[in-house]
Amino acid sequence: MFAEYSSSELLSIFAMQGVAGLILFSVFVLMALGLAIIFGQMGVINMAHGEFMILGAYVTYLTSHVFSTYLPDFFSIYFILAMILAFIAAAALGALVEWAMIRHLYHRPLDTLLATWGLSLILQQTYRTVFGPREVGVTLPDWLMGSYQLTESIELPINGLFVMCLALGISLAVALLMYRSRWGTQVRAVVQNRPMAGAVGINTGKVDRVTFALGCGIAGVAGSAFTMIGSTGPTSGQLYIVDTFLVVVFGGASSLLGTIASAFSISQAQSTMEFFMSGSMSKVLTLLFVVLILMLRPQGLFTLKVRR
Amino acid sequence: MNKTLLSSFHVSPRTQGAGMKTWKKCLLTLAASLVFGNAQAADVNTTGLAVTDTTVKVGILHSVTGTMSISETGSVQAEKLAIDQINAMGGVLGRKIEYIQEDGASDWPTFAEKSKKLLVNDKVAAVFGCWTSASRKAVLPIFEQYNGMLYYPTFYEGLEQSPNVIYTGQEATQQIIAGIDWVTKTKGAKSFYLLGSDYIWPRTSNKIARKHIEKLGLSVVGEEYYPLGHTQFNSVINKIKLKKPDVIYAIVVGGSNVAFYKQLKAAGIDMTKEKPLVLTISVTEDEILGIGGENMVGAYAAMKYFQSLPNENNKKFVADFKAKYGKDIVIGDVTQAAYLGPWLWKAAVEKAGSFDIDKVRAASPGIELTTAPEGYVKVHPNHHLWSKTRIGHARTDGQYDVVFETKDLIEPDPFPKGYQ
Repeated sequence: MFAEYSSSELLSIFAMQGVAGLILFSVFVLMALGLAIIFGQMGVINMAHGEFMILGAYVTYLTSHVFSTYLPDFFSIYFILAMILAFIAAAALGALVEWAMIRHLYHRPLDTLLATWGLSLILQQTYRTVFGPREVGVTLPDWLMGSYQLTESIELPINGLFVMCLALGISLAVALLMYRSRWGTQVRAVVQNRPMAGAVGINTGKVDRVTFALGCGIAGVAGSAFTMIGSTGPTSGQLYIVDTFLVVVFGGASSLLGTIASAFSISQAQSTMEFFMSGSMSKVLTLLFVVLILMLRPQGLFTLKVRR
Repeated sequence: MNKTLLSSFHVSPRTQGAGMKTWKKCLLTLAASLVFGNAQAADVNTTGLAVTDTTVKVGILHSVTGTMSISETGSVQAEKLAIDQINAMGGVLGRKIEYIQEDGASDWPTFAEKSKKLLVNDKVAAVFGCWTSASRKAVLPIFEQYNGMLYYPTFYEGLEQSPNVIYTGQEATQQIIAGIDWVTKTKGAKSFYLLGSDYIWPRTSNKIARKHIEKLGLSVVGEEYYPLGHTQFNSVINKIKLKKPDVIYAIVVGGSNVAFYKQLKAAGIDMTKEKPLVLTISVTEDEILGIGGENMVGAYAAMKYFQSLPNENNKKFVADFKAKYGKDIVIGDVTQAAYLGPWLWKAAVEKAGSFDIDKVRAASPGIELTTAPEGYVKVHPNHHLWSKTRIGHARTDGQYDVVFETKDLIEPDPFPKGYQ
């Protein structure tokens, strides 16, 4: 396959392919982090995760509209503000959903699955009614478009680099929040032993609500970032949900480190295979590989050691 | 006599007033039909369709909810516009068209169920609907069993010809062969990279494309398919960079489309430089709304209709469409094909002098439309349309400049010999 190419050409292609794998990795991390927090820490299977992402995307779309109409001078920086707004909107909706629906369904994982699936349908139809069934185009500021010419033959997509930085930043923030903050200690205490955590004075209901809102907020930021690389429509969230669950389950539900490791292995496997074979085939092989590992290790890659 | 007249005999004392009004209406209608010489409903409708002396019922069957509503909304709008315009001109055989709209909900069994409802319960004289091939395949047995008439608007893979369907979009060879001929002749393309979403239409189309490319003695340097809804194209873009084809022949659909073109641009492939040139048959003006004109500029598309076509029919069509649905609306290839449906049906009914499905079918081949926005079209005996194929060059504002059109109408060939 490579005989007719010079070594420098090959080198640059492999470099770009490595970057492609890292971009896919970052996309997976962004998709999965919010879900991992909710699923891992609370045991709630949030089927509406994709719709929270799309909420973030629509907030970005609205922000871009407002800026291009009223503040064209500041258009180049709107994206940062849009991500913050996306976080706030998705987190607020998450808190509302937790209060109205999820908190009545704890310890009934299958019911949360159905309820959040219903929620996803409701949200999809709401988007369709409000924004119309067609996809909307989000205009990006110029500095996020195009590619960065590293050498003569190596070009790096700027939006990909941006997603990478964002994934890194959010992962670090979540890690700090979980393992270095008082709130994180409370969350982990609730995960390990809810009655005991309640007994020592932790408001477990509030911890649950904030955790759910945080997970949804991160989904919103992810959705906002994905307007750079994907589509924004009422059902676009469905494009991400399968991969997201795959990453979270494969990584071991309650471990954030596991989520990152699994995002890394799946993305590398997929992007490498996509290079050597057709996209459909590489997807099949990736899924087979995941199924095989889960058969050998049903708890996922990483597990939290908890005294039950 | 007709149903309205009969029902007006069943008048309860409480609604006597209303009953009297119905009576008067009926008499007026009767008088009107005498004056205008309407044929009696029984004469133009021997098979019990929902036809009265003043109205005829038709069905509109598209997805207005679910994934496919993105694409099908335009078709619904176009069909309603055509029906309104026909009614304003006096209807079909002097009868106003009333439509019954059903939602296929992007779900193929639902399409089948709703089409049965339209044909069996509502007895509609024609149905304008379906978008994906999967939905058409789902309703086909029902249309054949209950002898209905379907006007199907989408460009599709061919390999089908039903006595109960008129295909108003192009079948694959019409779209593909002209496009590839153009790109080899005017752009001197020698090598092609075929890319598509993984289902029947892109696969069949690429098969035809590959055969044609090989017949011309040129080379296909890659061919691959990605699952519907795939959002990451960086790997295949790297592969394309490695293979350096002259043309990327892309049949990516749906949400994947947006991801593909955004990532292509981000990877430094500037389509305006035409190295490689991008030729697609799946991106209409409708899709560009989601992709963004700035991400699509420079690409070429091969299809039969573009909103920017400069003929008089089209100018009027675009103006009417915008007057009804707002100035920001865009019109893609399929929307225009959907608009042809009611007009072709009207012409066939009037030629047959009857709403009977069998007579409409017999009258359909040879029906011409000189008022079609795409220009002149004609129904072929194989139930597809003779049409021209055009090449559009994408602008930043999301519209295409028409840079080429075939000199003659291209004959539809749903079962192309040597391409299967």
